[in-house]
Formats: sequence, structure tokens, C-alpha cells
Amino acid sequence: MGHHRDALVDAAATGDGVSLDGLTVAPDGDGGFRLETPDATLSGLTEDGLREALDDCDDYATNWYFWSEVVGESSPQRRAFLRWVEGAVVDAGGDGDGDGVGGDNDADADADAASVPERYDALRDGVSREWGQLLVTVTVDDHGERSYELRHADEAAADRDDLDAYHEPLAARQLATYDEKGRYRPLKSGSNLAGGWLFPALDGCDLVETVETFYPASVPNWYRERRGELDVTHWEDAIGRQTGMYSVVKTWNRGDGHEHVDWVAEACCADSQCVKRREWQYDDDTDLDVDGGDGAFPCREPCSVVIAASRKWTRLEGEETQTYEFELTPSEKQQVEDIIDAVADGRIDDIREADVYEGANRYRARFLRAKLFDDDGNLGGVPTDAPDDE
Amino acid sequence: MQALVIVAHGSHLNPDSSAPTYDHADTVREAGAFDEVRTGFWKEEPSIREVLRTVEADEVYVVPLFISEGYFTEQVIPRELRLDGWDVADWDSDGLSASHVTLTASDVPEKTIHYCGPVGTHAAMTEVLVRRAETVTGDPNVGEGFGLAVVGHGTERNENSAKAIEYHADRIREMDRFDEVQALYMDEEPEVDDVTDYFDSEDVVVVPLFIADGFHTQEDIPEDMGLTDDYRTGYDVPAEVEGHRIWYAGAVGTEGLMADVVLERAADAGADIGNSLEVVRERTRKTPQEAN
Repeated sequence: MGHHRDALVDAAATGDGVSLDGLTVAPDGDGGFRLETPDATLSGLTEDGLREALDDCDDYATNWYFWSEVVGESSPQRRAFLRWVEGAVVDAGGDGDGDGVGGDNDADADADAASVPERYDALRDGVSREWGQLLVTVTVDDHGERSYELRHADEAAADRDDLDAYHEPLAARQLATYDEKGRYRPLKSGSNLAGGWLFPALDGCDLVETVETFYPASVPNWYRERRGELDVTHWEDAIGRQTGMYSVVKTWNRGDGHEHVDWVAEACCADSQCVKRREWQYDDDTDLDVDGGDGAFPCREPCSVVIAASRKWTRLEGEETQTYEFELTPSEKQQVEDIIDAVADGRIDDIREADVYEGANRYRARFLRAKLFDDDGNLGGVPTDAPDDE
Repeated sequence: MQALVIVAHGSHLNPDSSAPTYDHADTVREAGAFDEVRTGFWKEEPSIREVLRTVEADEVYVVPLFISEGYFTEQVIPRELRLDGWDVADWDSDGLSASHVTLTASDVPEKTIHYCGPVGTHAAMTEVLVRRAETVTGDPNVGEGFGLAVVGHGTERNENSAKAIEYHADRIREMDRFDEVQALYMDEEPEVDDVTDYFDSEDVVVVPLFIADGFHTQEDIPEDMGLTDDYRTGYDVPAEVEGHRIWYAGAVGTEGLMADVVLERAADAGADIGNSLEVVRERTRKTPQEAN
């Protein structure tokens, strides 16, 4: 072994030497080398002396090798994500020196970044980070090689043998397509990712590819955000560019505030529905009143599901209210509220079949329908008189 | 480095809509001509709006998996890709001849974007329609004694919609391979409902020029042609209808050889695809039975 040390010695002899995560190795001007770590500074080292000195700080040497030679600089966003996963200083400034100085907007995560030996101690046991509903765990072996495991965050404690193992990043495509009941998931960032699977050993490249297959564009958008370059498109601009069948959404803004967009965000963009953190607002000057959530990665504009739903709401909100008259007992009114709540929160399947104390229980709902609906499905026997839709 | 980005419609309701896009992307990826192969969707993720930022390469070939030139290829996709200076006049197309334009995108200004015409109007699509007839009949020499119907949606709103159907029907007719060739439509004359009226041949292959199987190709067309009273009960291939045997092929976009058209589009725009056309043709020539 020792190829990492050979590569480091070669790199140290060229240009300004190498510098990463507290390790500096460079020519000292007298034909020798200078080696610095937070624990020691050695100068006047011969090449053999440098090799011996590197043996004494092998974690620094393998860490340099991994980030410089294995990961490299070809994809700054992949590099940033992999460094974030293991709690290393993330250089989001683009100055390429890996020191975290320059435009890093996530100071809270980086200011207390551990030293390489401390980080390695943690990595040997495994360091985990959540990304939406994914749990990434990175471990390091004796040669500084990282291995990444990916699983559903809800299955952090599950035995590996109980999960189906996958090795190809694109296998995530199928896993992301259906929820745990086998229903199609139209929104990849929906909070309904099914579990039961495991990617036990990915390299850094394949890890990011897999993460991006589960959550497309999440890494580049997160990276842009860290650099302070996330291009957020607010509601007004997003609907302003709609054409064709979606251009009707523009008519929903009638100069009477943004309450309707608050309702959209509350309906679609809550953490319970989507793992992205909503960063778009009503417009440049007007924040929505509802919270954007706590997601690890940002949502930069209303998505196609939000636009499609808003088109429907635009139609529905164009209707005038009417007064209908029918009678409900207080418990029946409460039951209607319970049913709406249960559907809106997706709790239908949690209500036990014989739990008739729950308003949204199926037998309770069927009783209400039997009692209050006429043969045409009208509540209280009162016709709806709805306008023809679309 | 060069990347291929296939953009398609996708669906909020049906996973089958994006399945062919993924299949063809996988075929091209395995052929190895591109450093990266990505997909972007109007209704799924990554959105067309964000797909370019998922690409590392600096030369990007964008191929729309759409049938005709029109609203999506001329307005929606260029807008969502944020193509600087896009002007449909640069395509100088008669509705069938759009090839490619080279622009930058404000989303990723450092990259060169080669925006290609849709797969549906490429000459290579004709061969895919014929291949579809081969795979649905299981006969690589199908033609003699057979009629072929190319079915399009048809719409009064976009004259280019029918152009692609006519174009390929004409080209197949010129091959002199099938006894009869006819273009048919769902929403305009001549209608697919009356398919048997347009053919003397006892055997007729019906190939819808659609990208994905969905409502139209799986429900409307089989019921309209009388293959079945209820699409949920399925239908035979071939199915007997008024003295004809109708070999209904489903959406041509699900045919493996479609990957070839995607590659051709990128190659026309300047992509270096090496020998990947041969690789793709070899791979996709296997019928489903052989592949298994």
C-alpha cells in the first residue's frame, strides 16, 4: 500500500504543494519539504523523511488522497455533497482550495467542523445524514476509502438482512415510482417514499447518482443555495410564464392579497407532503404567511403538481358562494369535519375498521350517507346546482 | 464531455408515460456514446426547468421525445430550458424539417446547448414504425398481404400534428413493402374507428404514432376500432374485426428502436456518437421473446 503517500509526495513537489483539511505539505525553499498539521510542523524534510512523517499522520494523507485523487474537482456539487455527508468543511465558494473560505453560506455546519483525526474516528463507526427521507451513512476503511450506504430514514435501525439490497444507482428509479401500497408517486419529493430497500455499498459517484435519482436536481439546487446562487422563482413569476391550459392561473391573482397562495402552500408544500424546503414566496417583496418547512434541500419554484392543482383551484375559486339549507346534528357536522381532516392528512388507513368512535370511520361515513344522501348523492336532499366545470 | 438530455411530457397520473423515455435513455446510455444521459419532464422530475443543472458536460444535446413540431417543441421546452435568443424561425421548418439550433441557456450559461427537433418528425422514425409492425406480428419480413395504418391524434388546432403522420405513411408507401398504407386519426378524417373501411387486405397492422402508452393508445383506440368493448378486458393480437385481422401495435414510442431516432437527432446536431447506432440497432433488433 502507500499509493496515497506516493501521490501526495508527488503532488507536494509541484507548484505550491498541497493543502487540505489542516494538512499542508510544500517545498520549503531549501530543496526539502515542510509538513504542517494542527499537531505538528516539520521542515527541512527529505523525501524519505516526508514519507516517514506522513506515516505518522496517515489519516491526513489518506484524507488528502480521497478528496484530491478519488473525488477530485470535476463536479464541485458532488464534492460538496460528499463532504457535507461526512461533516467535512464544505468549500462552496469555488476558490478551489478546500479551506471553506469564500462564500460558504452554511457556517453553522462548518464552523465546528472536526479535525481529520476526529472525523476519521467518527467515520470508522459510520457517520449518517438525512436527505429528505433518505439516510446516507459513510464509513472509512483503513486505507481512507469511503463507502456509502443508503436506506430509508425510517429504517435507520433495520437489520441489513431484512432489506432488499441494490447496487445500481438507476435501481432507485423503480423504488421511487411507487409508494408502499404500490400507488404511483407523481412527486419524487413527496413524503411517501417506500422503504424495504438498501444500497449497502456505493462509491461517492454512485451515491450522488442514486440520491439524484430519488430526488432529482436536489444536489445542484442545494449546492447553488450554499453558494448564495439559488435562483428562486416566486409564485408571481412562475405563473406569469405559464401558457396554454395553465395560463388561466394568472387570473387567480386579483389584487386582493396572497391568501389564496398561502392556501396552496399549506395544502401542497408542508413537510408532511413534500420533503423539499419551500423557498419561493408570493413575489420578491411578499413572503407567504405559511412556513416553508425544514427540508434539507430547497424548492426553488412552484412545481408542476402545484401549478396543475392551482389551475383547478383557479376554476373552483371563480365560483360564487351559495347558501344551501339542510340540517345536521352537531355530531354530524363534527363528523364532516373529521372526514375532511382524515382525508387531508392521509389518515384513512389508520382508522380501524370497527372504531366507530372515529368520525371518519368507514361505517360511520356509510351511515351518514345512508341517512342524509338522496338517490342522486345530494347531501340533505339539496341539489348542488354546480356550474359545469371546464 | 458531451451529454444527451431527453425531454418528454411525463404524467402526474400514470407511470407508463415516462417509461419509454427511461427505456430509451438506458439503451443510449449502454451504447456508451455520451458521458451522461439525462431525462427531464414537463410533469415529472427533474423538470425541464431544472434538468440542465443536473448535467456536468459542457456540450449538451437536447432531444424532445415528442411526435410533432408545435406548442411543446416551439414554446414550452425552449422557455423551460431558458434558451437565450430562441426564435422558432431559426428552425426554418415547414413543420417537418426542424433539425437543431445551437444556443446557450441562462440556467447554465457556461454550457453549449444543441436543441434538436422532435423524434417524431425524423426520417428514422419511419423505420421504427416498420419495426413495430415486425415485432407485433413476430415476422421480420411482414409486408406482403398486409396493410399498415399509421394512427395519429389529429387536431384542428395544430396542422403539424397530421403532417408527421402523413409524412411517415408516405415514406412507408414508397417502400412498396406493404400492400396498402393509410394514415388515420382519432379526431379528424379519415378516422381510425373505420379502419376496416380503408383496407382490402385481410391483415392490417395498426401502429399509433404516440410516444407512450396511455389513455388514447390503451383505451380509446382499441375500443374505437372495435377490438374490444371494454379495454379492461383486453383484446387479442390479432383481433378479428369485420372480416379483417387487426394487429394492434400500441404506441410506437415504446419500440426499442426509438433509441436509434434519439441518437440520430443528436448526431444531426453534431454529437459524436461513434458506433453507437450499430450497437443500438443490434440490441433493439432482439424481439421481446429473444431478449428474455
